[in-house]
Amino acid sequence: MAKLEYHSEQKASPKMSVKDLNLYYKDFQALKSVNLDFPAHQVTALIGPSGCGKSTLLKCLNRMNDLVAGCQITGTVFLDGQDAYKEVNVNDLRRRVGMVFQQPNPFPMSIYDNIAFGPRTHGIKSRSDLDVIVEQSLRSAALWDELKDRLKKNALSLSGGQQQRLCIARALAVKPEVLLMDESTAALDPISTAKIEELVGELKDSYTIIMVTHNMLQARRVSDRTAFFLLGEMVEMGPTEILFSRPREKRTASYVSGEFG
Amino acid sequence: MAFSDAHGRRLKAAIVRWVIYGATLLTVAVLFGILGYILCNGVPNLTPELFAWEYTTDNVSLMPAFINTILIAALALTIAVPLGIGAAIYLVEYARRGNRFVMVVRAAAETLQGIPSIIYGLFGLLFFVTALGWRLSLMAGAFTLAIMVLPVIMRTTEEALLAVPNAYREASFGLGAGRLRTVFCCVLPTAIPGIVGGVILALGRCVGEVAALLYTAGSVAEVPNFLQQGFAAFFQPTRTLATHLYVLASEGLHTQETFATAVVLLILVITLNLGANFFAKKLGVKREDG
Repeated sequence: MAKLEYHSEQKASPKMSVKDLNLYYKDFQALKSVNLDFPAHQVTALIGPSGCGKSTLLKCLNRMNDLVAGCQITGTVFLDGQDAYKEVNVNDLRRRVGMVFQQPNPFPMSIYDNIAFGPRTHGIKSRSDLDVIVEQSLRSAALWDELKDRLKKNALSLSGGQQQRLCIARALAVKPEVLLMDESTAALDPISTAKIEELVGELKDSYTIIMVTHNMLQARRVSDRTAFFLLGEMVEMGPTEILFSRPREKRTASYVSGEFG
Repeated sequence: MAFSDAHGRRLKAAIVRWVIYGATLLTVAVLFGILGYILCNGVPNLTPELFAWEYTTDNVSLMPAFINTILIAALALTIAVPLGIGAAIYLVEYARRGNRFVMVVRAAAETLQGIPSIIYGLFGLLFFVTALGWRLSLMAGAFTLAIMVLPVIMRTTEEALLAVPNAYREASFGLGAGRLRTVFCCVLPTAIPGIVGGVILALGRCVGEVAALLYTAGSVAEVPNFLQQGFAAFFQPTRTLATHLYVLASEGLHTQETFATAVVLLILVITLNLGANFFAKKLGVKREDG
């Protein structure tokens, strides 16, 4: 089944892809000529030990690395076939490629204002439009029923898991096409983690999801495809089932079997 | 052996604890001592004549000085707050880390903060009063105060901005917000309490300043007449409450009234602080609401 999907997806043009991507922090090379496709409406997991470059790669996809002093990139990142660094405005790119961070980072404002922040940024001012977007986004993040009576409450009063789902709702409010998740369950308890994993499963029908995780079981549970990184290199990429059960590379095999981590 | 060790440690802890208690107690005692002394001597002397609209050598009314204080502080802050906050925003949000220029500005601000206020007064006298020909005036005094408190506002705003977690900036950028929106809608509102703290500090220095004003604002105990003179009134000499206090105290003729004036100055500063804090809380909770 997975194999069939793999082949059919390979033919369709990917939602995002990176070609010969090299990234340097001053003298240190964090990514070494990475080539990778991210098919639309699939969950792609990036796994590998700490410092392997998986988060760095994720931050290249919405140009968050631009904010890091001394970070230099060669190669190309494509979004729908367009060069994300040359042909797309950076703010527009970040609207289309949303991000959820490792630590829940809601703004210290009301729940409503948190979600409305993005739409307001992109010019939506009418209260009724914003009301609709806030409700839709909270529903998509499975938070509406929990929070609909508390929209004026400060977002920092929510639990960690709720905060993270609020951040997902906030990212969805600008109607992105791709959702990047940078170890977004690493700071959460198992129940909250399960809720977010379930959510990811629902969201992939509407969005292309790329997630970094250090949790191999999570990658197995949630993702359609997995890429394994080691020391800045993309070692192997394939359908999740195959990468975990019959990896081509010896390094992948020893990592997924837990020999190092 | 083990027992005596534990005993020794407990004794040491107790001594340290009492030293800390003592230091706290002493600080509080000094504060309340000063407050109590001024209040006891001042409050009984708060007479209606002290609040007459016109100052005469008989009633030594503090009213003109009171109004001038508010005028000059407001004017000084109107100049210094936008400049100071603007400069801090540039240093923290726009300038690249490790920029030479930033380090020079920072060092300059730190140095300026340590300069005695009489030096500012001297500069104001030479530059605003003499070179620009503003004479001893409200304007010259306000500009001198503005320069004096500019580094205070800049440094505290800088600290407040630096204290805003980077996660907020990342979240804002991640939603496609540009730098301008990130700074004004996400970072600044979060930093408001810290910034207001700096402004209060600056306000306190404005209200309490004498040395920088003696040679720039003068000591005429009259409120500039804006109704008749219009803009020219900004260039009338003025006496602030602190200057008034200084003059009364150095004359030594009105000791009771001096204490009463001190009480008013004290209440003014406390009220301004409380008001600013209240304002900060309002700003902090309610931001961009539809």
